[in-house]
Amino acid sequence: MNFFQAILILAFAFLAAFGEATLAAPRALLGAQVDLLPALMVYAALNSGLPTIALLAVLGGVWFDTLSANPLGVSILPLAVIGWPIYWRRDLILHDLPFAQFVLGAAASAIAPALTMLLLLSGGKDLLVGWGTLWQWSVMTAVGAVATPFIFSLMAACNRTLGYQPQPEIGFRPDREIKRSRRKL
Amino acid sequence: MFKQKNYLALGAVVFVAIVLLSLPTRATARLKLAVGSWFLPLFGLAGAAQQLPADLADSVLPRRELLKQVDNLRRENQQLRSQSVQSTAIARENDQLRALFNWQRQSPWKLKLANVVMRDPANWWRTVQIDLGSRDGLRENLPVITDAGLVGRVSSVSLTRSQIVLLGDPNCHVSALVENAARDMGVLIAGGTLDTSLVELTYLASSANLKPGQSVITSGLGGVFPKGIPIGQIVDSRSVEYGLYTDARVKLNANLGSLEQVWVLFP
Repeated sequence: MNFFQAILILAFAFLAAFGEATLAAPRALLGAQVDLLPALMVYAALNSGLPTIALLAVLGGVWFDTLSANPLGVSILPLAVIGWPIYWRRDLILHDLPFAQFVLGAAASAIAPALTMLLLLSGGKDLLVGWGTLWQWSVMTAVGAVATPFIFSLMAACNRTLGYQPQPEIGFRPDREIKRSRRKL
Repeated sequence: MFKQKNYLALGAVVFVAIVLLSLPTRATARLKLAVGSWFLPLFGLAGAAQQLPADLADSVLPRRELLKQVDNLRRENQQLRSQSVQSTAIARENDQLRALFNWQRQSPWKLKLANVVMRDPANWWRTVQIDLGSRDGLRENLPVITDAGLVGRVSSVSLTRSQIVLLGDPNCHVSALVENAARDMGVLIAGGTLDTSLVELTYLASSANLKPGQSVITSGLGGVFPKGIPIGQIVDSRSVEYGLYTDARVKLNANLGSLEQVWVLFP
């Protein structure tokens, strides 16, 4: 487990949850608040270990629900449902391609709110749902899709700048040096 | 093949989610309060960042402009004082008339100013959080207003913060009265998902004579909102359920999309 990467992902999730609760601009401009946690889960599932995915699902979900009127814990399962299948099949996914990141981000950002609403409705909650919800869902999907490649680039830049970098191997190896000396006859 | 440890990790996450969802309401509220306190430093930073441009603007404001503002404020203060004298006389007269008819005396509203610090990140709720809590005397179901009109009610209270459920949220129902000749009464329920300025006024009498522009105020029924708080104006109306009752759309006076400061009302 890469601790630095795990901390970076969780810190980003914390800031994302806070930003979603305090920034009013997306709601004013697009008519919907965007959610970056599913896009972050796509990154975590493709680049981190299982403990990071589990921590992101639990802590990200709890942070989001704390700042929302959601029942505590309802956002954990949708994030886990996004993370696990991607982690399971991550060897088959071309995760360096921005198009693949875009498609996965779109799918994750569409699935997360739909599953959360499904859980809330099945729990008997009365939600603000109407035809406008389709527009909000489309906005969340589109913004999540566009944000995913950016999150990949941002995380890569943070890892390059702040993370541990392995020393590049040099061609010269002291143990393979040919010692030349005049042989005594 | 998916390894056993993967199933264990997934099971642990599902277990945590189920435990959290099945906690009693009081425990959930405490847990939310504890986790919410992690965000306090960020709230402080955000508040300071918002205050900084205002402070900078204040420091570079020319003296002439300041004097002009002081002059305007003095004039406004004089106007308000004369209005206050007039309204005190009217209130005294009202008290005397109420005493004459043995009616209960109306106590004046006590208001507390609060800053809106956060909006609900989920699109399916319409709530905000304010920077007053139980230590400021807040409790559940207190009405929240702006100078334009009703905003909502306090839905949950922690020590330093409170959640306000706004008009248009499915959990905020208000008994309302249309200011027309018949004084038609209905219930304000959730409005559209995109437009925060429109809400539905339902269960109006089928014979209700509604016209666009008529004012809607709180009726005082239900015990949460005192009578007479302005809510909005009728936009249009339609007959529903084969003429059983009438629904109307109401445009709210308060702009819920850009709330910054609100008043909590202690009736």
